[in-house]
Amino acid sequence: MMTRMEKRNLAMGLLFASPWVLGFLVFTLYPLIMSIYYSFTSFNVVQPAVWVGLDNYRELFFKDPVFWTALYNTLYFTLFSVPLCLASGLGIAMLLNQKLPGQSVFRTLFFLPSIVPIVASAVLWLWVLNPESGLVNSLLMQWFGIQGPGWIASPEWSKPSLILMSVWGIGGAMVIFLAGLADVPPTLYEVAELDGAGAWAKFRHVTLPMLTPTILFNLVMGLISSFQYFTQVYVMTGGKGTPVDTTMFYALYLYRNSFYYLRMGYASAMAWMLFMVILAATVGVLVSSRKWVFYHGE
Amino acid sequence: MARVEIKNLNKVFPGGIQAVKNANLVVEDKEFVVLVGPSGCGKSTTLRMIAGLEEVSSGDIHIGDTLVNDVPPKNRDIAMVFQNYALYPHMTVYKNMAFGLILRKYPKKEIDRRVREAAEILGITALLDRRPKALSGGQRQRVAVGRAIVRQPKVFLFDEPLSNLDAKLRVQMRTEISKLHHRLQSTMIYVTHDQVEAMTMGDRIVVMLDGVIQQVAPPLQLYHHPVNKFVAGFIGSPPMNMVEGRLAGENGTVHFIDKNDAVCLTVPPERHAALKGHLGKKVTLGIRPEHLRESGTPQGAEGASIKALIEVVEPMGFEINLYLNLGGQSITARINTSVEPTVNTQHVLDVDMHCAHFFDMETENTIV
Repeated sequence: MMTRMEKRNLAMGLLFASPWVLGFLVFTLYPLIMSIYYSFTSFNVVQPAVWVGLDNYRELFFKDPVFWTALYNTLYFTLFSVPLCLASGLGIAMLLNQKLPGQSVFRTLFFLPSIVPIVASAVLWLWVLNPESGLVNSLLMQWFGIQGPGWIASPEWSKPSLILMSVWGIGGAMVIFLAGLADVPPTLYEVAELDGAGAWAKFRHVTLPMLTPTILFNLVMGLISSFQYFTQVYVMTGGKGTPVDTTMFYALYLYRNSFYYLRMGYASAMAWMLFMVILAATVGVLVSSRKWVFYHGE
Repeated sequence: MARVEIKNLNKVFPGGIQAVKNANLVVEDKEFVVLVGPSGCGKSTTLRMIAGLEEVSSGDIHIGDTLVNDVPPKNRDIAMVFQNYALYPHMTVYKNMAFGLILRKYPKKEIDRRVREAAEILGITALLDRRPKALSGGQRQRVAVGRAIVRQPKVFLFDEPLSNLDAKLRVQMRTEISKLHHRLQSTMIYVTHDQVEAMTMGDRIVVMLDGVIQQVAPPLQLYHHPVNKFVAGFIGSPPMNMVEGRLAGENGTVHFIDKNDAVCLTVPPERHAALKGHLGKKVTLGIRPEHLRESGTPQGAEGASIKALIEVVEPMGFEINLYLNLGGQSITARINTSVEPTVNTQHVLDVDMHCAHFFDMETENTIV
């Protein structure tokens, strides 16, 4: 039995936790569960959902080529963008880790792009990458006499453009790498120095192994956000994934199905497929990490 | 194998802190020298300058016949063992030990021979395929020592290598490093804050305080003939008792009288000559705990006994440590008796004044 005091404490505790509990139940748990149900229905918001069994999933796999295009585009983007962002994040973190005057100023400057709203930076990049009047192509012409590509407007260059653009947002990863670098025990560098290691050997045999926990974290976070890549491409292509579906990313196609075509059931099925892909990728990385991640605290 | 010589060595850190002040020291070939002192005394900084991990502010360091001030650490032909082992966590024990040789492009066969030989010496052959995280602290430190051995350096440097180990393991590793020194016959410089390690391992001990070398001597000479009050108090456990007072001389006798006039001890005649200049002056009397004896034993000098209140009794087995209160001053006695004294009783102890030390109260240097 609870004493009166305990009952009172419980009531007060629940009262103060209630905003979060209600929000979680109404806006997270309920939609989550309902989306599983809707993925087995045909549902256009206006009329009640109709149970269709596995039809949505069957259509995804066997009848919808755009689904496969979207999946391919997203995997392609992830495959190049994530390693590129990891490498450049680490590289810049190492530069910013040098003990130079103005160190904190540089750190701030390199982090700034990460706090610019994504929509604003996407619009900015539209201008920068404009084939005729954009900054990049103007400079290419002036400095090298090269006629730049159509970038985001060209089927060959649209995905590479977005991949290059993604480097713009490495500030977060960079800050985490900086913290990881600060955590490398200085005696390891001294031992390496005595062992005769030069700058490259120290990076290869001290910095890199000691940063593997940080790399793992940034890799998982990068994978997840890259699979959900949406805002930039929505803004830059007006939600169309043009040209010729080369920028039709998974999340964008999901969005089109739900809010353009009002196929909520189909979009729910897509969402759960994306969840499975992300889950598989994350588990795969975590399992492999036993082989390549080293914790120096052990 | 080489001799190490440091001349007028100084280290001033940015911000003006002088960690090492005008240090001079010669470590002979094959000698085991221990640098000891409280933390912040400059012993580690000195070692790190010999290793090349810290720049020299002024002065010279010679290893063998070479002036190494501007030689990078990897070309100094030294190996160093760190307190936190500093093993590469992603490499096996074998690779950790071999790494320095691999970077120096030794032939594979030679590397293998050296690693297996060192592993044999240290008893870690069975661990060669493991990663550091699968090892205990003692095993890790063995690997760190092994990594130094395979290099066959001219000089071994140890920076508090046993401080992270538990007490029992520390004693064991202590003897193992001593054995290793006999076996390898190489020059070793060892830094510790533990005077027991210093006493038990060193051929010679360098005692440092505030960046200044206080005394360089073999262990027993340091123990019996400390040059000043600091060395006398730092070496020995429990530490030497220090009693402040003055020397009084009349009619050919000399007495030590403590500052409260509560204790009067007769100084034996053979020490009078050395103390002549300090009659009537303030001095500190230093007496080691084992030189306080049960009253009535033959060694007690005439006219030199004290009566003090026993506060704590520590039976050590072979002997008993007594912590006493002598007119407000704490003193320690190490007595050999079958009868355990009782706490909170007054106890009479004879002071062996033949073995007493006297320090000038102002300079703190040893008078005799």
